[in-house]
Amino acid sequence: MIWNPENECMDRAAMRSLQFARLKNLVERVYTNVPFYRTKLDEAGVSPNDIKTLDDLAKLPFTTKDDLRVTYPYGLLAVPQAEIVEIHMSSGTTGTPVIDAYTQRDMDDWFEGMARTLSGAGGTRNDIVQNAYGYGLFTGGLGAHYGAQRIGATVIPVSSGNTEKQLMLMRDFKSTIITCTPSYALYMAEQAREMGIDPTSLGLRAGCFGAEPWSENMRKEIEKAWNIKAYDIYGLTEITGPGVAFECAEQYGMHVNEDFWYPEIIDPATGKVLPEGEKGELVITTITKEGTPLIRYRTRDITFIIKERCGCGRTTRRIHRLFGRTDDLLIIRGVNVFPSQIEHALMEIQHVEPNYLIIVDRSAQTHLDDAELHVEVNPEAFSDETKDMEQLRNKIEATMKSKLGIAIKVKLVEPKSIERSIGKAKRVIDKRQI
Amino acid sequence: MKIQQISIFLENAAGRLAEVTRVLKDGGINLRALMIADTADFGILRIIVDSVPKAMEILEKEKFTTKTTDVLAVTVPDSVGSLAGVLELFEKNEINIEYLYAALDKAGETAVIIFKVEDVEKGLAVVEKNGLSTTDHF
Repeated sequence: MIWNPENECMDRAAMRSLQFARLKNLVERVYTNVPFYRTKLDEAGVSPNDIKTLDDLAKLPFTTKDDLRVTYPYGLLAVPQAEIVEIHMSSGTTGTPVIDAYTQRDMDDWFEGMARTLSGAGGTRNDIVQNAYGYGLFTGGLGAHYGAQRIGATVIPVSSGNTEKQLMLMRDFKSTIITCTPSYALYMAEQAREMGIDPTSLGLRAGCFGAEPWSENMRKEIEKAWNIKAYDIYGLTEITGPGVAFECAEQYGMHVNEDFWYPEIIDPATGKVLPEGEKGELVITTITKEGTPLIRYRTRDITFIIKERCGCGRTTRRIHRLFGRTDDLLIIRGVNVFPSQIEHALMEIQHVEPNYLIIVDRSAQTHLDDAELHVEVNPEAFSDETKDMEQLRNKIEATMKSKLGIAIKVKLVEPKSIERSIGKAKRVIDKRQI
Repeated sequence: MKIQQISIFLENAAGRLAEVTRVLKDGGINLRALMIADTADFGILRIIVDSVPKAMEILEKEKFTTKTTDVLAVTVPDSVGSLAGVLELFEKNEINIEYLYAALDKAGETAVIIFKVEDVEKGLAVVEKNGLSTTDHF
């Protein structure tokens, strides 16, 4: 089912002219209202008048996560604060968070993006959507919630975790669509079987899964475990949250809601725009965004734009399932963690060297990510008492939990035991077979 | 008198204990007593050696995480009830023992008990006042 055939199945030429009009308006707005962008454009020697076609977008400078860090919290606001109706946030590279501030119009675009997403998974007003994404500052929970309401479905706002309750609600309320991270979907199926419940008997028929990397193999596993259709969805806090791109019934590539969020693929090394079909870094311009607009935002996600038109009838372009990232971001249980955040957190603890190694694995039993952090003990921190050492370890674990937002097991190791290659330590071992 | 015990941090990995003993052997250090405190993730090896400065130099050179701690080495007769007597004395004088272990004594007719007490000076005073003998002869 196509939520908005007028826009989603628009003639390509009409789409391009709509995108151009919106882009031109965006560039004028940010140039006038956001000193940060005005300086950036001036420095690049471009003015809003230079935007004469959609392809002129390539003349504009990129916006990076670092720019968001520097302008935190309100530096990118393009409207008076009174126009902002909601703010979301995710952690950034160095622990400085990244925010997204929405006007009512921005909220409407977000609802629309998520309404299209759920419709892509076959969702209608007759569905019961069990939303097991976390609620709060994280965009996943509320994004799916708003989208489900927009299509008129019944929302069960259970949030993440509490698997027994999830299964009870599924059984009692007869949920038909589940929204959560793919690894949690597998974990719940496992738990259900352990409790003697056959997951396929619960009546789910579809799931919208995102917020962490997953694969076609995981899709097959989830679909088999629950006897459902599993759909890949894409979004990021900076742009709007979930709803940026979604899979349709064809389950090949995610349709980008490009009337709001315009995609380009660039060569991450040179910054040059690549032709359709070539793999590179996804760059998004929020052409309708009012609150915190982003011009050519570098997502660091690697994908390509699928050339062929989709069999579903939508004309919006599709991006392929993500291939990875151009930076060292780790996504652990759906939470973004940059190794540099770990380093910064360690530096706050006395007598602990910022020498660490993080090992991430995905349990074969639970399908959940496990992270173990090895920290080198500094001779000053070494105590003859095991209780002092355990206290130190607990303190590091508590600091990680509060700074990163996830539980990480800490193991104290001997100084200089973490392998160094040419003076630089290897910080991350990712053993996950996704 | 007080003596110095060397503590060594050992991560829970195969061969680490063997490595310490090998390094000490190569340096000609004689191990007179040892005790390991272990947890699921790591261990702390505590040793009494014949030459603390030499052992420390070797261990530091080999990048072990070490620390020296003052402990009491009390000599007791090698007979029934001698440890009980010392403990009773400590209890009466409110000397808080954190851990203890036994060491070899050169003479062979007495035993040496290594005590790590909360307040080493206070412990030492009690030991001396009550005529217990200590040793630094390892």
